[in-house]
Amino acid sequence: MKALIQKVRSLFTDIPIQAWVLGFLVAAAIERLAGDVIAGPLGLERVPRLFGVRFMIESLLLILDFGVVEGSTIDYLRAGEVAQAVGVAVKGFLLIPSTIAYLLVLYFVPVSIVARLTAPLIKRLPYRLSMSLLLIALYGAVQMWGLDQYRIMVLYFIFISILLTVSLNLVNGYMGEFSCASGGFMAVGAYVTSILTVGGFVHDDVFGPPLLPPALGFFLFPIALVIGGLVTALTALLVAIPSFRTRGDYLAIITLAYTFIVKSLFENLEVVGGPRGFMNQPTTWASLPVIFIWTILGVWIMRNYVSTILGKGATVVRDDETAAEVMTVNTRRVKVITFMLSAFWSGVAGGLYAHVIGYINPSDFGIMKTAEVMAMLYMGGLNSISGSMVGAVIYRLLMEGLRPLGILRWMVIPVIIIIFMLRRPWGLISFREFGVLRKEVRRAPASD
Amino acid sequence: MTLTGFFRYFVSALQWGSFYALIAIGYTMVYGVLMLFNFAHGDIFMAGSYIGLFVAGALLAISAGGLIPMAPWLILILTIVGTMLGTSIVGMLVERIAYRPLRNAPRASAAVTGLMIGLLMETGNLRLLGAERRKFPSLIETTVYKVGGVSITNTKIMIVGVSLALMYILHLLVRRTKWGMAMRAMAYDFPVVPLMGVSIDSIASATFVLGSSMAAIAGIFFCTAYPVLEPYMGILIGWKAFIAAIVGGRGSIVGAMFGGYLLGFIEIFVPAILPSTFRDLIAYTIILIILTFRPHGFFGEPYSAHMRL
Repeated sequence: MKALIQKVRSLFTDIPIQAWVLGFLVAAAIERLAGDVIAGPLGLERVPRLFGVRFMIESLLLILDFGVVEGSTIDYLRAGEVAQAVGVAVKGFLLIPSTIAYLLVLYFVPVSIVARLTAPLIKRLPYRLSMSLLLIALYGAVQMWGLDQYRIMVLYFIFISILLTVSLNLVNGYMGEFSCASGGFMAVGAYVTSILTVGGFVHDDVFGPPLLPPALGFFLFPIALVIGGLVTALTALLVAIPSFRTRGDYLAIITLAYTFIVKSLFENLEVVGGPRGFMNQPTTWASLPVIFIWTILGVWIMRNYVSTILGKGATVVRDDETAAEVMTVNTRRVKVITFMLSAFWSGVAGGLYAHVIGYINPSDFGIMKTAEVMAMLYMGGLNSISGSMVGAVIYRLLMEGLRPLGILRWMVIPVIIIIFMLRRPWGLISFREFGVLRKEVRRAPASD
Repeated sequence: MTLTGFFRYFVSALQWGSFYALIAIGYTMVYGVLMLFNFAHGDIFMAGSYIGLFVAGALLAISAGGLIPMAPWLILILTIVGTMLGTSIVGMLVERIAYRPLRNAPRASAAVTGLMIGLLMETGNLRLLGAERRKFPSLIETTVYKVGGVSITNTKIMIVGVSLALMYILHLLVRRTKWGMAMRAMAYDFPVVPLMGVSIDSIASATFVLGSSMAAIAGIFFCTAYPVLEPYMGILIGWKAFIAAIVGGRGSIVGAMFGGYLLGFIEIFVPAILPSTFRDLIAYTIILIILTFRPHGFFGEPYSAHMRL
């Protein structure tokens, strides 16, 4: 038995990430084509939306009923209908094995087969080719997996969360400061971008007729996002200049005050709706490919930034600021630029968020948003782009998967995160990267 | 603004300042001793209010049932003592669960567990006790004194007076007792303290006990003045008190007091002049400006190793 496990394990070590993504693409394609056909005989009403997490939770709820669902076993027992209760309990119990079977058939088997088969081919590809293959396969997998509106929405939020988390990681992880401004940055980005798009391309009660033909909107949307990000970075500069004179927790407090001020400011600006919120953002522009491209671009730029001279300067500042000064690192410049870059991408994420939802409200961007991003970052791990991405994906899937719990979700999620943090105080993947995010070591060509 | 109007605002500002100062002390003590932001403190304040509600309710029921008749002042004092005890246990539990295991981890991880335990307390409360707002029983008869055209209630006098007295007692406790000395030692040089035979764990617990008791008193007083309780009452007031603690200077009890009253005055006097929706905006902007010029707050010192507790 042990030898068998070892053998299986040795089969699956050293498979490049491209192969896994290709496998996922194939699995998602099979699901799209034959998901209903397979789900039916397994006793599932529909294709599991999030890898069956919701089915499993629903089955638990059907049996145990925490006062969340109607028609659970306990409800029937109370009413004295034993036959019904047994029926519901059996149905609930069966949901778990059938979901697992579905996952095995549709995800586990195809992913592992395809990954195993394509791994040797991909390893032989040159770096550039395999990178572009990864991007194409990733986009294909995402597009294939996005079966319906719900899954696409989940994907939107996953991508936006990845941008937010990676950008916070620049400051909190690589630079070793403690910023709590994610919510504030998001708010500035979201509002500025929304003002530009609504003022420019939409007939709005406040902003009047569109200044530019709405047909241009989709093409100028990236410019609006960039302007939103730049304005966010400029406001970050206002915070950064006083706060980087000193070390320690000063930035935490200043950024906290910044978040409160921004929220309060937008609540008082009647032009953008004040506390009622700001709507009419066109939601068709922030489509899956657009958000995908922005996320990949952001992650790519930030991942490259941390290995530039400036980005390495940030890491040195974290480890020992005095030593950095001695080694002629301009610490103030490094800090301000890193902080502004982080703010820029948080702002872009805010702009995307506004155009995904089509409505923003100052209270969306309070301290809770910052706490969410912080939870994603510290669960995933500091100083690691891969860690941030994993953290964002896990947190989002957790949030969505636990949705059937209703208000109980907000008790279960904190408990999960607390246990997680106590078990792994440094996060899942900290101070290292995996897959293609790992810095390639360029070997000098062998001399003859 | 007329003079009587000014005094009316002045008394309100003192009252709000007392709430902020009492809560800010909890933040600043934990920061001074353990160097971490206790982001669950606002929710400890909320827990204190609810514990106060139940203790007061039970005492009133016992008294009214004729089991042990008690005078109103006795009920008030017993409520305060019982609430302090109960809230201290909550504070100790928070420290035990969320902060102690992470003492050697990155401090931000502890911040995340703190935030999450706060969220857990809010939702747990919502789930256990329901979403409806609860009314705090009035423990003492409100009498109104007229002093030169300004009406002052006895509850306001009690709130401000008792708060100031308690803060002074706490100050003495930290300054004059062995426990206080141990706390200051921990703020001064963390690794050396266990070498002197002082248990870090018990000092950390004691810090949380003191901070949570202050939050409990703030909770009871807050509910005496504004007798409506809801699970999310701790968030806003907690963050504001946190900011007050920072403005006063991290780790300084006098600073926390000062910051609390300063915030109270800003918050009461800004709406007197400008529309009240601008209250938070102006308050935080003033605080941002203060911090720009005094990055360590009014009573804080540049190096966190030298805390004035």
